[in-house]
Amino acid sequence: MKAPPLRLLEDIDEPGLHLLEVYERRGGYSSLRKALTELDQDEVLQRISDSEIRGRGGAGFPMGMKAGFVPKGDMDKYLICNADESEPGAFKDRVLIQKNPHLLVEGCIIGARAIGANQAFIYIRGEYAHQADILERAVAEAYTAGYLGKDILEIGFDLELVVHRGAGAYICGEEMALLDSLEGKRGNPRLKPPFPANAGVYQGPTLLNNVETLCNVPLIVGLGAEEFRKLGTEQSIGTKVVSVSGNVQRPGNYEVPMGTTVREIIYDLAGGPPEGREIKCFFPGGSSAPVLTGDEGLDLRYDFETMAQAGSMLGSGSMIVVDDSQPLVPLALRLAEFYRHESCGKCVPCREGTNWTVKMLERIDSGEATPMDFELLVQVQTNILGNCLCVLGDSMAMPVGSMLAKFRHEFERHAAEARARNEGALVEQSAPELAAAPSIGPA
Amino acid sequence: MADRDGQANGSVRAEHPLVADRLVGLDHQIASGKPSVAAGWDLPADLDKDPAVIPQLADVRVPPELLAEIEYRMSLYPDPRSAVLPALKIAQRHHGYLSTLAMLQVAAVMKVTPAYLSSIASFYDMLNEEPLGRHYIYVCTSVSCHLSNAKRIYDAIVEAAEKLDLGDTDIRAFECLGACDMQPMASVDGRYVGPLKPSDAPEIVLALREGRVPLPGRGLDDPDHMPAGAGDPPPQDEAK
Repeated sequence: MKAPPLRLLEDIDEPGLHLLEVYERRGGYSSLRKALTELDQDEVLQRISDSEIRGRGGAGFPMGMKAGFVPKGDMDKYLICNADESEPGAFKDRVLIQKNPHLLVEGCIIGARAIGANQAFIYIRGEYAHQADILERAVAEAYTAGYLGKDILEIGFDLELVVHRGAGAYICGEEMALLDSLEGKRGNPRLKPPFPANAGVYQGPTLLNNVETLCNVPLIVGLGAEEFRKLGTEQSIGTKVVSVSGNVQRPGNYEVPMGTTVREIIYDLAGGPPEGREIKCFFPGGSSAPVLTGDEGLDLRYDFETMAQAGSMLGSGSMIVVDDSQPLVPLALRLAEFYRHESCGKCVPCREGTNWTVKMLERIDSGEATPMDFELLVQVQTNILGNCLCVLGDSMAMPVGSMLAKFRHEFERHAAEARARNEGALVEQSAPELAAAPSIGPA
Repeated sequence: MADRDGQANGSVRAEHPLVADRLVGLDHQIASGKPSVAAGWDLPADLDKDPAVIPQLADVRVPPELLAEIEYRMSLYPDPRSAVLPALKIAQRHHGYLSTLAMLQVAAVMKVTPAYLSSIASFYDMLNEEPLGRHYIYVCTSVSCHLSNAKRIYDAIVEAAEKLDLGDTDIRAFECLGACDMQPMASVDGRYVGPLKPSDAPEIVLALREGRVPLPGRGLDDPDHMPAGAGDPPPQDEAK
């Protein structure tokens, strides 16, 4: 496989790229000039729509369509960049912000221009303190250079950009919870509709996009929609930064054209599983995607439509690889504990469902599970799906449900072995002379 | 109102057989050292107290730098209330944690009740209403790090901290910190270090105790540190 063409990560190792001077030397902010001085507002929006770029945050909704829902007119409109990347396994936005913050700032300005917003926010997770510092410095530089503030490039377009830091709540990456958090409330998801395009932050029309999506916007304007569409597949346009982690030899971020096979990403780019190990399963789109086994998933193309057909999802594009030495029960438990901790508690199916899933998985892990627990576990997952305001509960139900469906025997064996161990220990404790006898002792 | 004070309530409760059972259960729980699900749920509300009001800036002495910083943050947003999170973080940095006084000061500046701020502070993991230590070590134990044995790293750090008597530090097993390319990793006062081995634990603890930067060269932003493969295309000789 030859080195894949890079777009977002092309200059990423350039020293000092986070500085305006270096970024401009590499051709930075030329797309902004083009978008503001050569094209009018509708043409910018048209170009984004023509590129057919789909959101990189998880849902894969076309950005142009989303921006098109924002009403025209003179009301206060807002653009929000969702940089609350907290999903286990995802770290692509961190690299983009840390190494190339001006690309994101430029994308935000062009995005705001496309919908006519005069106020933009970047909501970055609190743990990314260092990255937020870098981003704030980049924003300050952009203000000084006249790319932000009043009358940008003397065309009469104003934009204020604020970097807003979260405080460690995964739920705030959910778009409706993010809006509440940004308004200074607890991050509880809101009921949809109304959608953010009509009534978002401060009840104004709001366009909300992921870091990677907005980073693509300057490229779309710079290259033109036609050229941009040359990479990728018919329904998944462009390149994707894939975060590969877990049991691989070279975990890291790799940019590939959409439609590259999973095998190429895991084996050729990330070095495959450790020596002598096979891939048991992997999460194609972060910890909330249903797992695919190595056999069914490795030769699939990595794009939105193929992953959906295979019964999983591309999500945020973070692959977590699990090799055959890993027991799945502790992994499922760890996953469920994460979602239990991060559930905001607003909807009952999620609050209770995540809690009981953890309890049942603990019983399976410790050998106290009854056969009923397996059925119940499946049932709880089914009852969470689609029954909450947001998809946090689903994000646990999907991977745990898929692990149970595909590796049920392993869960049962794990429980049986743990039970045998417990019984053996009990015999040893209460009747050591029996335990010593080979015929009755622990199996 | 005597009938509403805690003592009177307690005796009424204890007389009722079901309630008495429950209280016995509670005693057991307390004796076993297990924390209650939500501490304070069984304490009666003090109904004699006046409802909470928004403290006036004139009544609360707010350090000028804190006031200036919070007011600057409030000026950035179309709705000043959006600055609640930044303001609480500023106060937390100033006081070490969100003490009653810190809450009162933020409430006075932002013109909200301290209870409102408390509802926010209890929601977010990075806001602490209890003093937890001047330093923190967040050990990531989420899925990717779990797959590379993060629990052992966490245990090693806790053990080293005990053995070397490291006080004033909040050591937590944290959820994904977004640095799975350096798994297993930890965030020491915001500086990401990794990949870690259990044998690195004493060095991290010693460095914190002596005020040094732990594991120089192995932080995410150290110039010579780049986890294998991060952002790089594979080396040419390995490309097929």
